[in-house]
Amino acid sequence: MNLTLKVWRQSSPNATGRIETYEARDIPGEASFLEMLDIVNTGIIEAGGEPIHFDHDCREGICGSCSLAINGVPHSRENGITTCQVHMRKFREGDTIWIEPFRARAFPVIKDLMVDRSAFDRIIAAGGFIDVRTGSAPEANAIAIGKEDADEAFDAATCIGCGACVAACKNASAMLFVGAKAAHLNILPQGHPEKDKRVLAMVRQMDAEGFGNCTNQYECEAVCPKEISADVIAKLNRDYAAAVVREAVE
Amino acid sequence: MASEDSSSNIPDGSLNSAVPPGPLPDKWTNYKAKAKLINPSNKRKYSVIVVGSGLAGGAAAATLSELGYQVNCFCYQDSPRRAHSIAAQGGINGAKNYQNDGDSVWRLFYDTIKGGDFRSREANVHRLAEISLQIIDQCVAQGVPFAREYGGALANRSFGGAQVSRTFYARGQTGQQLLLGCYQALEKEIAKGGVTMHTRTEMLDLVVVDGHAKGIVVRDLVTGEIRSHAADTVILATGGYGNVFFLSTNAMGCNVTAALRANKRGAFMANPCFTQIHPTCIPVSGDYQSKLTLMSESLRNDGRIWVPKSADDASKIRSGQLKATDIPEEARDYFLERKYPSFGNLAPRDISSRSAKEACDEGRGVAKTGLGVFLDFSDAINRLGVETIKARYGNLFQMYEKITGEDPYELPMKIYPAVHYTMGGLWVDYNLMSNVPGLHVLGEANFSDHGANRLGASALMQGLADGYFVIPATLPNYLAGQKPGGVKTDAPEFRQVEAEVKERIAKLMAVGGTRSVDSFHRELGMLVWDKCGMGRTKEGLEEALAKIPQIREEFWKNVRVPGSADGTNMELEKAWRVADFIDFAEIMCHDALAREESCGGHFREEYQFTAEDEEVKNGYTNPGEAMRRDDEFCYVSAWEFKGPGVPPVLHKEPLVYEAVELSVRSYK
Repeated sequence: MNLTLKVWRQSSPNATGRIETYEARDIPGEASFLEMLDIVNTGIIEAGGEPIHFDHDCREGICGSCSLAINGVPHSRENGITTCQVHMRKFREGDTIWIEPFRARAFPVIKDLMVDRSAFDRIIAAGGFIDVRTGSAPEANAIAIGKEDADEAFDAATCIGCGACVAACKNASAMLFVGAKAAHLNILPQGHPEKDKRVLAMVRQMDAEGFGNCTNQYECEAVCPKEISADVIAKLNRDYAAAVVREAVE
Repeated sequence: MASEDSSSNIPDGSLNSAVPPGPLPDKWTNYKAKAKLINPSNKRKYSVIVVGSGLAGGAAAATLSELGYQVNCFCYQDSPRRAHSIAAQGGINGAKNYQNDGDSVWRLFYDTIKGGDFRSREANVHRLAEISLQIIDQCVAQGVPFAREYGGALANRSFGGAQVSRTFYARGQTGQQLLLGCYQALEKEIAKGGVTMHTRTEMLDLVVVDGHAKGIVVRDLVTGEIRSHAADTVILATGGYGNVFFLSTNAMGCNVTAALRANKRGAFMANPCFTQIHPTCIPVSGDYQSKLTLMSESLRNDGRIWVPKSADDASKIRSGQLKATDIPEEARDYFLERKYPSFGNLAPRDISSRSAKEACDEGRGVAKTGLGVFLDFSDAINRLGVETIKARYGNLFQMYEKITGEDPYELPMKIYPAVHYTMGGLWVDYNLMSNVPGLHVLGEANFSDHGANRLGASALMQGLADGYFVIPATLPNYLAGQKPGGVKTDAPEFRQVEAEVKERIAKLMAVGGTRSVDSFHRELGMLVWDKCGMGRTKEGLEEALAKIPQIREEFWKNVRVPGSADGTNMELEKAWRVADFIDFAEIMCHDALAREESCGGHFREEYQFTAEDEEVKNGYTNPGEAMRRDDEFCYVSAWEFKGPGVPPVLHKEPLVYEAVELSVRSYK
């Protein structure tokens, strides 16, 4: 099929960006969206231009690198997939496709469609872990964890840290990302001792990074490639409120 | 003992594996009891470079920082959480025997040795099986949400090459959950100041000072800056070289640069021809394709693999005249169940892949290209119901449907083997140190534990064993003999290597040809897939060795790297990596040519059992199975770089089996 692409190009972090138009010719329906960009890039390179830069690595929906807003929606209108899992058979001959980076104040553009999401790493470093020194673990079956709790923790733990939740939110809030990690660790008994410290530190780091507030629009849940439920945000609010009270009392 | 002898691992000496003395089950315990220690207040004076942030590198960086060392960790991705360990689906082995089905450390050790077709080092593999117990404990304590039974205990499943259930799993995302545990431990240490993390930074060369690895030269992938980093020791945990085949299940960025550069600086490359072709991947659909997608081996617990008995039926399926469901039971060939009745669809990866290739070579393949076999869940769905299958494999079925547009609940999946893992890698001794003192190599980047074929759910185990438990215990054996901070980046060796790196980048930028980097990568990949893939012959390998230099010449004459080296330039990154893949492919083919036997993932067509052989006549194996030649090839090949355009030199580490008896590997 033949398509028209409207692509955000920006040569460096401080340069002014603009939308450029490209024609994508003879794209097979079986190709993935990123393979379509590969084909376009090969054409650009052979014509002497600079290829469109975008982050990508595993190309199977798990590493969280790929981060394109396609026609205004982070990843895709289709539920539960990342950019790299979008296939061209979903488009029609002659379509015009708008391709932009994940936009947020806390995600500055590096080049073209690549953004800097290191703020997420700093939020995890603030408290998104269980502090257990290698070698000090008890026997694995010493703590029984009911299947329901294990499954609930797992559902939250599937977050791939792609940042689509932030890009979809009109406030660029990171509450779904933070809520998912906090829920994963707070639900499990291993995570209980550091629960208060964890939510206080992660939320404060989130605010310091310049992410906005949550106003319950659920755009984050709608675009999350791992379909993480916005319930984790409610849980984060509860855990945070309790931690603030306990912190004030102590 | 062991470590004191490591200095004899010099190019003109023989390779010393530094395996500790004593009975096999006691070696690791005795080693730890006698190993050198560094006292806590001195540890912070030592600096360690860790390249790679996957399970091996991330675990090493986090643990060494907990111990007090100053760690600098590097990854090319934008976050350490994105290392390709994250894509591992199926699980991690641990000899816990929670199922009470007869498992033990010994059995995991033996399965791994046999699975590796008796080409791995006994002592390393036994240590791995011992440590498997601690790994599960550690991961659970970190909050890794492994699958559980209703009573709250950990659940297990079966994997290929084993008759016990010892695989721990987190749905189809075990690698992701283990890596997140490891990444969170790493971030915790970053926050404490013990680890300095360098993301979007790629190691382009190793710096050796007075014969010891003391640093690396890197490129900042955002600014383009070339920088040196010095340390008291260097740890490479940079993964495998599967992308030499262009199409593989590896991430797009996975590359051999760190290992190949180390090889050029004196470290030996071991068993590079041992590559794993995974049987259950989604077949190739067209020449635009950039990568292949694995469907977890765990699917073989419930899926049955088959092709039609007749080539005629297969051809009708390919042309769309027949559907899988039109083929009656008696016209189907469940070839793994037929050939390997005791292991059936859970036969090891090398054997399953080769069987699929044979069926397709006979014209019985079912994908449009002729290269595909069915993986059929209809029996399991009838027996257990759709909901159970969905709970076990839901995300994998969804992934398949997204990629192929076909619903695997209705029609069987089509699968075909693809390059997945590389058992070969840099040579290391029992301390995980290469023959270059101070250069340690962990995880898939080393050669040590999987022999000629890796069993499922063992890669995650090895990566974490190396990072969490082995290197923290073995590193002091090297560091104790070193003055901390003895080498700084102002040493002339750093200037020299930096200059060489800059010169090579300038050369790549200056070619100004007409062909894209990808076009060379694809050409190289198709050549090695064809000649050094699932089947290899002397003629084919010689042909590959004649063609690779032509590809190299054309590359350096006609590659086009657009843009500038000062700033983000993904084509330049790829060009550097592909140039290294070209050089690496040559070593791999030399190794495959020199190893005149078939074992594990290395199938030399000249060496297979025939109806005339005793082992076939007495029913122990079948014609067409791999024929090992233990009398001549029971060794680790270790290749020394001898200069550009000069064939590498082979060194041999003999493999001595004290605890197990070498036998024909039969899964009948």
